[in-house]
Amino acid sequence: MLQALTILLVYQLVGEVAARALGLPVPGPVIGMALLFLTLMLRGGPTESLRHTAGTLLQHLSLLFVPAGTGIVLYGTRLADEWLPLTAALIGSTFLTIAVTALLLKALGRRSRHPETPQ
Amino acid sequence: MSGDLSEIWVYLSTTPLLGLTLTLIAYQAAFWIYKRLDFHPLANPVLLAVAMLAGVLLLTGTPYATYFDGAQFVHFLLGPATVALAIPLHAQWPKLKAMAGPLTLSLFAGSLTAALSAYAIGAALGASRESLMSLAPKSVTTPIAMGVAERLGGLPSLTAVLVIITGILGAVGARYIYQWLRIEDHAVRGFAIGIASHGIGTARAFQVSEQAGAFAALAMGLNGLVTALSLPWIMPWVEALLKR
Repeated sequence: MLQALTILLVYQLVGEVAARALGLPVPGPVIGMALLFLTLMLRGGPTESLRHTAGTLLQHLSLLFVPAGTGIVLYGTRLADEWLPLTAALIGSTFLTIAVTALLLKALGRRSRHPETPQ
Repeated sequence: MSGDLSEIWVYLSTTPLLGLTLTLIAYQAAFWIYKRLDFHPLANPVLLAVAMLAGVLLLTGTPYATYFDGAQFVHFLLGPATVALAIPLHAQWPKLKAMAGPLTLSLFAGSLTAALSAYAIGAALGASRESLMSLAPKSVTTPIAMGVAERLGGLPSLTAVLVIITGILGAVGARYIYQWLRIEDHAVRGFAIGIASHGIGTARAFQVSEQAGAFAALAMGLNGLVTALSLPWIMPWVEALLKR
């Protein structure tokens, strides 16, 4: 657990340093994720403890968005001023994006392989 | 006695203990409700917990900054959790690789739809330019969205809130869209929610299945990259085109 958490933090740290040093537009943790992914490909998979710790963290991924989400209390008036265009744009665009992405991927996937073929 | 109580309150409101404890209690209460309602998407735990905490802050007149002093310990874990997404990604790699072509095309289509449809709907209903530029990157993870909004002339702090609302909307609404469009494959379901609703959508996808979660995580990471690289030059071009 402690070792696995240290590994995750080290990859995040390396990601943050790389993002800043190279001026990359992507946040450090995302680069850390890519680097850990490459390491797993080379090693052939995670250790049991890393798999377990990652599973525990990801199981409660929703919790981690709660502090930032509560920041909505700061923007009550601004959201109220333009509530109609903002609400319509957020709902319309989010649902349209899900629909377009899913329909296209389904259509393309069907063309490139049999959908029911197990991997 | 009431003097003692207010002293206790003064003490508690200056330590991080209260904000941290309240966050954990609110989330567990929210998750209990979510579980009791058989993981119904409308009972999204982020939505419920944020509503409870926002209510407590507004009722007690507690500034958000005071709350965040404690809650930042939870917030911090987003970093290592993002790194940890590499593990499900690795586990699902054979299937991801087999779908590389379709995934790439859907990524670009979804990324463009997210930014352009938000801009178009907002503009049609009279949103200010600042709001439109804050809306455009709303489908990607907060740090990328804030950076893009700043470059476009939006308000990064407003973007942070729009990003969270987008995430919750996707997590709440996706199932109905999938039922309506008859999308059953968990790979497709996960990928689409990851494109539209970043980490909050990904969290919801992991509650459905590991496969959906891995595809959502991949979509979230790739859309962050595509949006960060493309929006700073696409949006000024769209604006110039519309002004003519």
